[in-house]
Amino acid sequence: MGRCRDSVVKRTAAILVLALFGLGPLLAAGTDEADTGDPIRLRLATTTSTENSGLLAELLPPFEAASGAIVDVVAVGTGAALELGRNGDVDLVMVHAPELERAFVEQGYGVERVGFMYNDFVVLGPADDPAGIAGSTDAAAAFAAIATSGATFISRGDNSGTHAKERSVWERADLEPAGSWYREVGQGMGAVLTIADNEQAYTLADRGTFLAFRGQIELAVLVEGDPLLFNPYAVISVNPEVHSHVQRDLAQALIDYLVSDAGQRIIAEYRVQGEQLFTPDA
Amino acid sequence: MDSALLDALRLIATADGELLAIVGNSIVFSLTSTAICALIGVPIGVLLVFGRFRGRRGIVAAMHTLMSLPTVVVGLLVYSVLSRSGPLGQLGLLFTPAAIVTGQAVLAFPIVTSLVYGAVATVDDSLRETLLTLGSSPPRVVWKTLLEARVGIATAVLSGFGRVVGEVGVSMMLGGNIRGYTRTMTTALALETQRGAFSFALSLGVVLLVLALSVNLMLNLLVHRGAR
Repeated sequence: MGRCRDSVVKRTAAILVLALFGLGPLLAAGTDEADTGDPIRLRLATTTSTENSGLLAELLPPFEAASGAIVDVVAVGTGAALELGRNGDVDLVMVHAPELERAFVEQGYGVERVGFMYNDFVVLGPADDPAGIAGSTDAAAAFAAIATSGATFISRGDNSGTHAKERSVWERADLEPAGSWYREVGQGMGAVLTIADNEQAYTLADRGTFLAFRGQIELAVLVEGDPLLFNPYAVISVNPEVHSHVQRDLAQALIDYLVSDAGQRIIAEYRVQGEQLFTPDA
Repeated sequence: MDSALLDALRLIATADGELLAIVGNSIVFSLTSTAICALIGVPIGVLLVFGRFRGRRGIVAAMHTLMSLPTVVVGLLVYSVLSRSGPLGQLGLLFTPAAIVTGQAVLAFPIVTSLVYGAVATVDDSLRETLLTLGSSPPRVVWKTLLEARVGIATAVLSGFGRVVGEVGVSMMLGGNIRGYTRTMTTALALETQRGAFSFALSLGVVLLVLALSVNLMLNLLVHRGAR
């Protein structure tokens, strides 16, 4: 083959490679724009425990009907949700880790932290309770007893809100958990409950996910009611001064709805297996 | 768990609306990404056989190596490109079907290209020589070789589809598992297992299994036919 053909081949190859990485998304973007009848999409990053509770499926539709916008819910861990906000990939975040949230706002990524509901965490464990913590209302003392007994403890280990809470309980107990009894599995709440149940281990869970799994696992609530286990949820709109493309007004409309009487009533009335999961507090 | 399996089969038998929508999403995204891959990967695979340019060997080796790209790495790389903080951020593609299709295309591209290259390169050299001796034009030689390699090319494309339809890393990271929009069989399966809805997860698992196995069955039939 001649030199001329070689350069044609070379150029074609280069164009094709470029096409794969550039044209694909461009084409797809083009088709998106073609559907101008598409509704506006508001992006909300939230935590797996919130999404898994099923609350959002009740809470969001009235807002969507009133605003004409569709709320795209992306469920990840609290740490990851805040990171999506930092990168400007979502319009607002709904999370439950007050310290991380305050840092998010102080660093200028969030406009304002708006608390709107809470529930609580519970310490779960096997019925035979080798650490003898059942009935306690002191989470830190219970954690210390688990560490001393050497019974297995399953940790989320995923920088989620639940993981942050668990670490603060260890801190309160003045312990640095380590050893073969302490397992960081790096998975969501549901997976952790299943693992803890299989291992007959202790773990910390949000009440919502526990209730959803209650019929399928044998673990029981051993410790509850400690103020330390309080689990406040907040929404934060991503700062348009950092990411100019975020839909600040629509995000604020959703926040206003969540703290409104209508939104708060839906939260108060939401039940899983007959039990109230969240308490509105806006 | 027995009752969960029964519930799962009932969901499939009654063609549950949400289940159908999710299965539809999965198939549409995977077909689109496979089609894009085929449109680009097949010509490149062919070019790698017939082209005579510097770096050709290197590209072939790279494509072979990239066949085992882990899905989460592709997800992460494409995320960093499509994120609002990334180079293509202003397109606003993250958490849309387009993002999933892009990621899946990147994932399957080396597989399709490598397998096409392999299929075309292994066509007996005597075919080419005979055709050239008979005075066929180069485009005609390429065309005849492609016809000869058609089973291998189809296998390449099907393998790409098989790879993307069952992957979860790319779909989860780039699509965000948004209900009714970017939720696919694999991401829904992960979510439903998380929230303890085992029947729904199982029904998705059954459909996914049937789909993946039928692709493999087709692959086997093709290879069998090719061997005859």
